[in-house]
Amino acid sequence: MAGPGTRAGAAHAVLRGVTRIFPPADRGQAPVHALGPVDLDLARGEFFGVVGPSGCGKSTLLEILAGLSAPTEGSVTFEDTEVRGSPPDGVGVVFQEDASFPWLSVWDNVAFGLRRAGIDSAETARRVDHALGFMGLTGFARAYPAQLSGGMRQRVCIARTLVLQPRLILLDEPFGALDQQTRLLMGDELLRLWRDTGATVLLITHALDEAAMLSDRIGVMSARPGRFIDMVATGWPRDRDSTIVSDAAFGEITARLWSSLRAESLKALGAVP
Amino acid sequence: MTQRAPAWQRYGDSLALLAGLVVLWWLLSRWAGEEALTGPAETLARARELLQSRRFHGHATESLTALGYALLLAALGGLGLGTWLGVRRLAGQVAEPILVALYALPKITLYPVILLIFGLGLPAKVAFGAIHGVIPVTIFTLNAVRTIRPVYLKVARSLRLTPWQAFRTVWLPAALPEIVSGQRVGFALTLLGVLIGEMFASQRGVGFVLINAIGLNDVPTIMAAAFLLAVFAATVSAILLKIDRALHRRTARA
Repeated sequence: MAGPGTRAGAAHAVLRGVTRIFPPADRGQAPVHALGPVDLDLARGEFFGVVGPSGCGKSTLLEILAGLSAPTEGSVTFEDTEVRGSPPDGVGVVFQEDASFPWLSVWDNVAFGLRRAGIDSAETARRVDHALGFMGLTGFARAYPAQLSGGMRQRVCIARTLVLQPRLILLDEPFGALDQQTRLLMGDELLRLWRDTGATVLLITHALDEAAMLSDRIGVMSARPGRFIDMVATGWPRDRDSTIVSDAAFGEITARLWSSLRAESLKALGAVP
Repeated sequence: MTQRAPAWQRYGDSLALLAGLVVLWWLLSRWAGEEALTGPAETLARARELLQSRRFHGHATESLTALGYALLLAALGGLGLGTWLGVRRLAGQVAEPILVALYALPKITLYPVILLIFGLGLPAKVAFGAIHGVIPVTIFTLNAVRTIRPVYLKVARSLRLTPWQAFRTVWLPAALPEIVSGQRVGFALTLLGVLIGEMFASQRGVGFVLINAIGLNDVPTIMAAAFLLAVFAATVSAILLKIDRALHRRTARA
C-alpha cells in the first residue's frame, strides 16, 4: 500500500498508520484526535520538510518519530527497528524552544551528550571544538547562554545534537524565534551540515519559503487531525544555498504549498473555507 | 540582562543605610534613656565583653551545635522530601496544601509536645529548629522541581540519559537556584526555632542568655546578645543571598 507519503527506495525511517489521540483533559470532554493516520517513508540522506497550519500535530509527529511519545495506533521504524516510546540510538532532536542549559557554558552544553555517553575526553574536545567552529561559536565557548542572543543559543542546541553524529536529525521549528535574515543564514548552515554529515533531516517549519528553500521534499499537513494532503518534490541540487530564493521554481513551489495550505489554515483558524 | 549598578554605588547605599540605622538607634536610646535602651557604643562594649567571656563561649557553642544539627536535618530532609514530592506529581498536589497549612501553624504550640518527646536539652532544640526550617525548604524544593522547563527533560530523554544521569545533570542543576532560595529561608527560620527553643525550657545557649538577661532586666546584655545574633544572621543570610543571586542571574534569559 503506497499512500501519498511513501516512496520506493532505501527507507531510513518508516511511519505506518501513525495516529495520536490524546485522552480528554477533563471528564465530559471528547478525546483530542491530534494526528493521523500518517504514512511516511524517509529516504536515507533525504532533507524532508513538514509544513502545516498551527496545531495540526506537527510537533506530535516529531515526538513520535523521536521516540519521546508513543503513537496511539500505528508503527514507527528507524533503521529496521521498531521505535516505541523510547528514543532510539542515532536520532538527534532540536526543539522549538530554547533548550540550552543555562547552568553550563557553551562548551559544556555542546559536550553534554558526549560526556553522558562516556566518550573519552580527547574525542569529546575534538568534536566539540569542530562543532563550535562549524556553528560560528568558537569565540563564545566560555560564555553562558544568558549572554547570547536567541539565534546563538539555538546554534548551541544544534551543535549539542550534531556532536553526537546522529543519522536522523529532527528539527522542530528551530528558527521560529529568529528574524528573517538570520533564518536565511541559519538555513545555509543547516544545508551545509546536512551535506557534510550525510544525515537524514526532518525539518518542521511554519515558514513556507524556508521549507521550499531547504527541502528535497515537502509534506503538507492538514488541519487537526494532521495528515499529509500533499507531497511536493523540489528537485533542488544537493549543493544548494539560500540564493535559490531568486530561482523561478522557488516561487512556484512556495505558491503550490500555499494553495494546498490555504484552506487548511482557514480551518485551523476556525473559519469556513 | 539588566545593567548592575557599579560596586561603589551598591556598597555606598548599604553603608549609608547602616549608618542611618546606627544614628536612629543612638537617637532612640537618647530619647528613651540608657536604662531602657542601651546605645550603640555601650552595646558594642558589652558585646566585646561577652565574646571574651568563657561562659558566653559555652552558650554560643551550644547554640551553634543545635543550629548545625537542626540545619542539617531541615536542609537534607526538606531537599529529599521536596524532590520526591516534585517528581511525584500527585503526591506533590496532595501534600502541598498540607505543607502550606503546617507552615502557617505557629510552631510554638507544638513545643510542649516536643519537650515531652525529647526532654529538656539539645535534642528538643534541634527538633524545634528543624521543624521550623524543614517546611519552607520542602515547599521551595517541591516548586523548584515542579517548574523545571519540560524541554530540559525532553532533551534528557532524547539524549538517552539514565534516570540517575538525568537527575544529577539536568533536574538538580535546573532546580538549584530555587533550592538555594529555599535554603536561605530555611536557615532564617531554623535559627528562629533554635533560639525560641532555648528561650523556653533550656539552661544553655544564646537564647537562654537573652531570656535570663530579660529576667534580670540586664539591658546591656539583652542588647549585646541581640546585636551579636543580628550580625551572625545577617552575615550568613548575605552570603546565601549572594549565591542565590549569582545562580539566578546565570539562569536568567535575555
